[in-house]
Amino acid sequence: MPGSPRILVLDDELDVLELYQEMLKTLPSKPEVTTCESGQRALALLETEQFNMLISDLQMPKMDGLQVLSIVRHKYPQLIIVVMTAILDESLRKRAYDAGVDLFWQKPSNAEDTKLFLESIEALLSRQAIGGFRGVAVKTLSEILQMEGHAMNSLVLKVTNNRLEGRIWIVDGNVVDAAVGDQTGLDALKTIYSWKSGSFESLPAETTRVRTIFYGNMDGLLLDLSQTVDEVQAAGTADVVALENVEGGGQRLTPLQASAKVEGVEFVLSAPKDTSKAVESHGVANPEPLAQWTRQTVAGFQELAAELVLGELKEIEGRGTPRHVTIVPLSDRLLCIGLNRKLSAAKCRETVETVLTKWAS
Amino acid sequence: MGILKKVFKKSRPALSQLPHGSFSVDPHGRVTASTLPQSFPSEHVQRISKLVLSAFGEAKKLGLNLTELTINYAGLRIVAKEMRGGALVILSPRGVQKS
Repeated sequence: MPGSPRILVLDDELDVLELYQEMLKTLPSKPEVTTCESGQRALALLETEQFNMLISDLQMPKMDGLQVLSIVRHKYPQLIIVVMTAILDESLRKRAYDAGVDLFWQKPSNAEDTKLFLESIEALLSRQAIGGFRGVAVKTLSEILQMEGHAMNSLVLKVTNNRLEGRIWIVDGNVVDAAVGDQTGLDALKTIYSWKSGSFESLPAETTRVRTIFYGNMDGLLLDLSQTVDEVQAAGTADVVALENVEGGGQRLTPLQASAKVEGVEFVLSAPKDTSKAVESHGVANPEPLAQWTRQTVAGFQELAAELVLGELKEIEGRGTPRHVTIVPLSDRLLCIGLNRKLSAAKCRETVETVLTKWAS
Repeated sequence: MGILKKVFKKSRPALSQLPHGSFSVDPHGRVTASTLPQSFPSEHVQRISKLVLSAFGEAKKLGLNLTELTINYAGLRIVAKEMRGGALVILSPRGVQKS
């Protein structure tokens, strides 16, 4: 990209605009940042000036962010579009991606989020600079793998899905290994591939990575991955996790079964947020009272969060004498995980992270 | 890190008002000691106490016998230690410098 990349930031709040300007100026690519407070003004600026990226809030008076984005995507297919929102809403995320955005991001709430956000912005700008063929918005992991395969690139692709992080090692256009949680190789790749959303980041190549995935070409691999994901979806999506190979061959486990196999886990209970759906559990003699306690406890602390503006409830960890318990609210259900009491607090957290990888898709 | 401070202020404007401190409650929910600032409303303390004692009590009925609860929010961590039916509760705001 000749010269500094140009970013247009759209938000109806002046202090937020100033904040973006300060943050974006720290990027290594030293972008030139222009700000505006209304959708109409953004459209006018895009009409008269050339930008590489638009960062837009979704909630604005008069013309909302999605309206602006739909118009922009049609008129400027080359433009990278990033949306920011303070609202965590899966349907909003879907609508944004349907409108053609490249990256959907919840407004950073801490230093780590902010760092990740800035790294993603830089990665998007770099990809445009290196690739030279933006125009088709990169929306899926399949598209990215295809691009890297065709370009015979070597890199490590970091894929982040909420709190989960997966890595895919690509050498000379071939996927050689992958890792997520306690999974590695093809199983890990299938798990990452089954994620419905996430963000991508390119890291420097590690060409000495030991190869565990053997496919002659990227297209063959992608075909197999797509078939696996299709089969999982056809089998009932959320309740069947792709990809656990059980000893003896290829049996598919539900997330519940896969979670129960994680070392240190004593029981797992899944309580759907939709109370008309059945509670599922493994290792619990009487799941209903435990589900009720889980729901009540989470509801109480979520109400507290709303009243005191505490932010999202991430998890509730309980340490006890017979066992430890962790409750994690997911988008459609609450997970209550019983953990061996001998596990340290750090090991408990690590075990819970591993369990969550089983539910990631 | 002026930039980050602004991020926090923007995302969760009330965070700077969250208290850093602890309090203890007896099994009936009465506050017996507190290091929280007086500006933190007592209704909030009561609300937290009630939730924590209820979580411990109901867990005990299920045979979980929890001795400690950590509630992790994006902006605050609440650690509650069970004390003979009552609790010691510690509030620690996350990522926000006291202003």
